[in-house]
Amino acid sequence: MERFEIRGTAARRVPGDRRQAITGVNASGNLEVLVERVLPGNECVVEVATTITGFRDLWQAVIEDFFERCAPGGLRFSINDGGARPDVVTLRLMQGARLMEGGE
Amino acid sequence: MSDLLQAHEVDFYEASARERIAGILDSGSFREFIGPEQRAMSPHLPQFNLTGAFDDGIVVGSGKLAGRAVFIAAQEGRFLGGAFGEVHGAKLVGLLRAARDQAGKGGPRAVLLLLDTGGVRLQEANAGELSISETINAIIEARLAGVAVVALIGGRSGAFGGGGIVTACCSRIIVSQHARIGVSGPEVIETNKGVEEFDSKDRALVWRITGGRTRALLGGADRYVRDRVKDFRAAAIDLITTTPPFTAAMLAAEQRRLADRLQRYGACRDSTDIWHKAGLPDPDRIDDISEDAFLAVPRLPGADHDAR
Repeated sequence: MERFEIRGTAARRVPGDRRQAITGVNASGNLEVLVERVLPGNECVVEVATTITGFRDLWQAVIEDFFERCAPGGLRFSINDGGARPDVVTLRLMQGARLMEGGE
Repeated sequence: MSDLLQAHEVDFYEASARERIAGILDSGSFREFIGPEQRAMSPHLPQFNLTGAFDDGIVVGSGKLAGRAVFIAAQEGRFLGGAFGEVHGAKLVGLLRAARDQAGKGGPRAVLLLLDTGGVRLQEANAGELSISETINAIIEARLAGVAVVALIGGRSGAFGGGGIVTACCSRIIVSQHARIGVSGPEVIETNKGVEEFDSKDRALVWRITGGRTRALLGGADRYVRDRVKDFRAAAIDLITTTPPFTAAMLAAEQRRLADRLQRYGACRDSTDIWHKAGLPDPDRIDDISEDAFLAVPRLPGADHDAR
């Protein structure tokens, strides 16, 4: 298992007042993402716990691309990963960010 | 949750634990206890280099079912096969004990258990086994306090191992065709007794023995529904208001029913043998007919019972 976090600054703060959301399941080839509105300003962070070691560079690329595309300012994403492919990771992060724009 | 498909319209089998809860309860009524943001996770899994789940694979809380207060728990069958671990079990036991303590004091009329489990999590076996025992104890205490405990089974992991025993302790059991209920799973039986005894790769056999249709016809489940969340919801609404009190007389009646069933069908090697013996129409095709046709098949004598 490997744990690390990747920080960034987004172009905007995500609108809405929803405090948290969760999407996905920690299963083989899948991951769960817990999203919380806990950071000040446009800061954002993804905390990763993954069973697959040695792919930190790939995670970094996927997450920085996500920060760029979705501008998830103010959000902390916590991931429990069961070996998801990069496209599934992007999909779940985007689902999580989208949920936070809705109401409770 | 998709905006295109309302929560109660989705297939129960395909839905996640959270989607099932959203579709079973009155819209927007669910309040989660110990939610994922509290990170009540397994302390054991990291020792095995495994990542956990923020809710340890079970969602518990309160809500309304057709306006009535209920508690609800849903296992996520895709996380470690929905298996019981220490935290996972403690959340379920706590929920059941809270229902017991609040019975008759404005507490829930029922606890809905959306079980989807292979049994005990091997990585925390002792804690998991203990939590199964505590769950069984808590179900009995809740029922004695007048709370109906209703199992809803139709997920990919079924209800096996301790989960099968937990199911059998409930006031009422609702199943779909996908549901499988048992104690020793097919692979376990094959490993211990040989492929001649039970071929776990024979999917049709697995469902003929452990599947929802067989359980419903034999009285091992009280209600058979189509695989839609809204059908599980409708059955649960009906059953929580009609569950009789839990008494010693009921258990004695259940014992007599099971003894009678064993005497009648104990020599049968397969469920189709039972259907032949019971004189069911088209007994060899029970598992192949449409849902509409199956819902019209009469249950076996004695299967409708308040004994459980």
